[in-house]
Amino acid sequence: MSEILENAVKGRFGEFGGQYIPETLMNEIHKLEAAYEHYKNDPEFCAELDKLNREYAGRPSLLYYAEKMTRDLGGAKIYLKREDLNHTGSHKINNVLGQVLLAKKMGKTRVIAETGAGQHGVATATAAALMDMECEIFMGEEDTIRQSLNVYRMELLGAKVHAVKTGTRVLKDAVNEAMREWTGRVDDTLYVLGSVMGPHPFPTIVRDFQSVISKESRAQILEAEGKLPDVVIACVGGGSNAIGSFYEYIKDEGVQLIGCEAAGLGVDNPKNAATMANGSLGIFHGMKSLFCQDKYGQIAPVYSISAGLDYPGIGPEHAYLASIGRAQYVPITDEEAVRAFEYLSKTEGIIPAIESSHAVAHVMKIAPEMPKDSIIVCTISGRGDKDVAAIARYRGVEIYE
Amino acid sequence: MSRIKNAFDNKKAFIAFLTAGDPDYETSLNNFRAVIEAGADLIEVGIPFSDPIAEGPVIQEADIRALSSGMTTDKVFRLVKDLRKDYDLPIVFMTYANPVYHYGADEFFKNASEAGADGIIIPDCPFEERGEFEGSAAKYGMDFISMIAPTSEDRIKTIASQAKGFIYVVSSLGVTGVRSEITTDLDSIIKLIKEATDTPAAIGFGISTPAQAAEMSKKADGVIVGSAMVRIVAENGKDAPAKLAEYVKSMKAGINI
Repeated sequence: MSEILENAVKGRFGEFGGQYIPETLMNEIHKLEAAYEHYKNDPEFCAELDKLNREYAGRPSLLYYAEKMTRDLGGAKIYLKREDLNHTGSHKINNVLGQVLLAKKMGKTRVIAETGAGQHGVATATAAALMDMECEIFMGEEDTIRQSLNVYRMELLGAKVHAVKTGTRVLKDAVNEAMREWTGRVDDTLYVLGSVMGPHPFPTIVRDFQSVISKESRAQILEAEGKLPDVVIACVGGGSNAIGSFYEYIKDEGVQLIGCEAAGLGVDNPKNAATMANGSLGIFHGMKSLFCQDKYGQIAPVYSISAGLDYPGIGPEHAYLASIGRAQYVPITDEEAVRAFEYLSKTEGIIPAIESSHAVAHVMKIAPEMPKDSIIVCTISGRGDKDVAAIARYRGVEIYE
Repeated sequence: MSRIKNAFDNKKAFIAFLTAGDPDYETSLNNFRAVIEAGADLIEVGIPFSDPIAEGPVIQEADIRALSSGMTTDKVFRLVKDLRKDYDLPIVFMTYANPVYHYGADEFFKNASEAGADGIIIPDCPFEERGEFEGSAAKYGMDFISMIAPTSEDRIKTIASQAKGFIYVVSSLGVTGVRSEITTDLDSIIKLIKEATDTPAAIGFGISTPAQAAEMSKKADGVIVGSAMVRIVAENGKDAPAKLAEYVKSMKAGINI
């Protein structure tokens, strides 16, 4: 043990990452790490997860050639990686099936999770229902109002939803509360983190489970086009669908990787959540990474129309990819995202999540400037049904859900 | 040699926590003075943080009150400097990794030490990550205080053997806050600590009554109280100093039984 303690510099991506959590959780996080190291190479575990992915989540997800959008924008060929077609309507299911199965193997009987838009909460509640686990979800009170349908959905699935009334009452505060809950009850409980953030080993575990996105899309695009894409685009909050979309292409140096973060009312307006544009180095939520904060290291309140991107930090591996120049990150405003939401709905008959719409917005910006034989793969991380009421309100239309 | 050992010299230490700047600078300064005059052996000065993940609701709200009143890390240093004009008792900071890291660890500990602080407790910086701060703390003569929790088990000896100042023994799972009952087998934990080190061990989290203080002081070298005191601050506004003094005296009496 003491040798492990002395030599621990694991879970780092360059200088980013680490394990900055209370002592109460350290043994549990070591147990999680050991369990994951074991099961990720266990043929039985891998077969079970693969079966769940195929028969329950509906994988592989389609790589859809958006022909009308391609023609309309007049440049690069646009392919959409349809994570919105997964069971529960987003990429979040990829991670929770893996983590809840892992929890079960570890002998846990209860899972807890944070959620922003509710997608991760719904996915966790779903996996918990399937695998007979007790489930409690922490969601900022503001988000329970913005995404009330998802609250009921989680309850329908048998989960208990806690509306978090502390701090800014959004995603960051939900993570705080889930961490506090975990320090109080570790024996039977796994904290199923929803993004590539938090203390090691979460950023690695979540990335591995989400990398199925790029494993599939890489094979699919080679099958369809006989070559790799020029650009891969995904939206970034904590960064789980983005890292999943990028991961298998990191070694393909010719493939440009672009993450789209939420600029809210604009990067120069205080109401934004653009961590790469405005953040600075810090230590929070278990990791060293970039955070929106003031000069004294107080975490800044952030804002985005998208509850799922409304987070003041970013996963450590993204901070690393940005620092070495392997991936680029661009800010997308609320207005740009809403226009993309409407555009994809009208053009392709696909209503994307408002989170994913941030990625679509960037496709709309760059595709027209790219040659016709170039290729963009854009991840549609989730479906937009949950956002319809909010977008209607944004456009000044009052509807009853 | 750090002042911290004075708190434990031939006595059980009563360690008092308050959030600096709660509800404002002046009241907070008076509260600390009252607590010291009433006999606290060591004070923990909380540097407020926007997202204190190891705290229960009582101290979370104190952090919000302090930050809303305009409290900053530099003002906390000034507060300690003000206290140092009159008092020589050991003073340690309690805060989170980010306020220290983002300030610049070296700059932070330089200023903290100049202000007169003797150590620091950072609940979201476990043993494995102590290298982030320990070097800078040591450079300016400050102790980086380690925590041991009910779940530490096989980590206890390693952590204890390298501990500086005192060891903060977390009494219970979960976050800070008053508890009616503490069920952890603290005797076994303290025994393992004592086998590894002479560094004093103080128990905190959940202690609020003189009876609990009496019980815990039999097990360990000191007792740490936070939420119960912060609650007095929250409920009594400008009248808090007198109430705090009364409370500290009752707790000290409990420890000295």
